[in-house]
Amino acid sequence: MEFTEQFPIVFQALNVGFLQTLKLFFVTLLGAIPLGLVISFGSMSRFKPLSYLMKIIVWIIRGTPLMIQLLIIYFMPGLMGHNIWGGGESGRFLAASVAFIFNYSCYFSEIYRGGIQGVPKGQEEAGLVLGMTRSQIFFKVTLLQMIKRIVPPMSNEIITLVKDTSLARIISLQEIIWAGQSFLKGNQGIAGVIWPLFFTAVYYLIFNGILTVLLGQLEKKLEYFR
Amino acid sequence: MAILEAKHISKKFERTQVLKDISFSLEKGQVLSIIGSSGSGKTTLLRCLNFLERPDGGVILVNGETLFNSDDPETTKESEIRRKRLHFGLVFQSFNLFPQYTALQNVMLAKELLAKEQPDYKARKKEIHDEIEAEAKKLLDQMGLSDRMSNYPHQLSGGQCQRVAIARALALKPDILCFDEPTSALDPELTGEVLKVIKGLADQETTMIIVTHEMAFARDVSSQVIFMDDGRILEQGTPQEVFERPKEERTKQFLSRYTNG
Ligand SMILES: Nc1ncnc2c1ncn2[C@@H]1O[C@H](COP(=O)(O)OP(=O)(O)OP(=O)(O)O)[C@@H](O)[C@H]1O
Ligand SMILES: [Mg+2]
Repeated sequence: MEFTEQFPIVFQALNVGFLQTLKLFFVTLLGAIPLGLVISFGSMSRFKPLSYLMKIIVWIIRGTPLMIQLLIIYFMPGLMGHNIWGGGESGRFLAASVAFIFNYSCYFSEIYRGGIQGVPKGQEEAGLVLGMTRSQIFFKVTLLQMIKRIVPPMSNEIITLVKDTSLARIISLQEIIWAGQSFLKGNQGIAGVIWPLFFTAVYYLIFNGILTVLLGQLEKKLEYFR
Repeated sequence: MAILEAKHISKKFERTQVLKDISFSLEKGQVLSIIGSSGSGKTTLLRCLNFLERPDGGVILVNGETLFNSDDPETTKESEIRRKRLHFGLVFQSFNLFPQYTALQNVMLAKELLAKEQPDYKARKKEIHDEIEAEAKKLLDQMGLSDRMSNYPHQLSGGQCQRVAIARALALKPDILCFDEPTSALDPELTGEVLKVIKGLADQETTMIIVTHEMAFARDVSSQVIFMDDGRILEQGTPQEVFERPKEERTKQFLSRYTNG
């Protein structure tokens, strides 16, 4: 088959794969951004057993490869006799989402912790002395300072996440790498072709380019104070 | 009647007894300076008065009202403390301005949040906001900052920041305004402008407690001076008494460091 004939077929298949990549990306963010906050509050808790538990979880998740976590989360329930994920692509997506959300919320929690602890104690004290309530102090004084601190490290993690979604290939999630690889093995009459796999890089590059610009703008917006 | 009475205040951190049986009183319109070497408990005392620390023992009365009595659990409730704090203002050594707000917004913020608790807030929203803004502008003007109101803290010098912080504390009209070494974080050439503003407040009979290492200033501005040493009030009196005729050997030693230095 000529390249010009291959291209539309490949393009179509890669688009479908990339849609799955994007879905995993957004679901992970949506889950990990709030869950990370819960974990960070847990690890800063004055109730020692809770804070130790959270710190151990974070240590395990950050200390092992995401790929292994994916495999364990996807296959372990089945091996133990309860396939909780259900079959097919939706089952794989569910398992991948859980693994990614867990993994990323642990990374986010550490970033949040840095952001929260980085706001000087004097800010809260100034608020208290001015008769503000703790919630007023959080929302009106410390929150924006925390956001400003966490935007740059979060941007890094978010861009890493875009690329990390490709790890879901290990449980055969039909994301863009899977789609690209399918033309190696044979798909719609195209086989033994490697360029579609290489071409997936363009998708990542463009998407990360857009994210970099958007996150950069957010960072700029917060530059009006120090 | 004294505007402030502190009786037998004590405070312990872990194993160190930082405040030991501190008692003093202050009349309305007077200025009390607290001097003493590093670690003698001056900051802790101000923080206790502002309820940033909870005294282990003692009584705090303002205008005859018992704000805190360690023996009366009714007065030590967390929920009541916020209202009680409003009797005091505190200006920090490190300013602690809110960086994301302009000078004017810094002065207005707390007042506006408090105004929301008024029953007629919804009906008079605009009017209340305008009043608060007008007052805040007046205060900043009084601090010599009329052309700096829309600047953010990072665009201001240390001396200007501290003057904004003073305006911010004054906006809530506290009965007693406390200063914790207000000029210690400033370059010497910026110290004067802040001290001048505080002197101005003293001339208007603002009741103040000032922790300071500026001995000449303390002597000039105070009606009363306390010398603290190791968590105790070692000597107390008029500036003349404490600076010119100190009774205690420790006080003499401490003051000599300033005159000879
Ligand atoms: N939160 C705390 N926990 C434990 N110890 C504390 C705490 N705050 C203060 N201290 C101790 O209490 C003592 C008195 O401290 P404080 O800050 O009140 O002194 P100070 O007179 O203000 O000193 P300086 O002139 O250096 O500001 C010091 O020994 C200090 O180490
Ligand atoms: Mg101090």
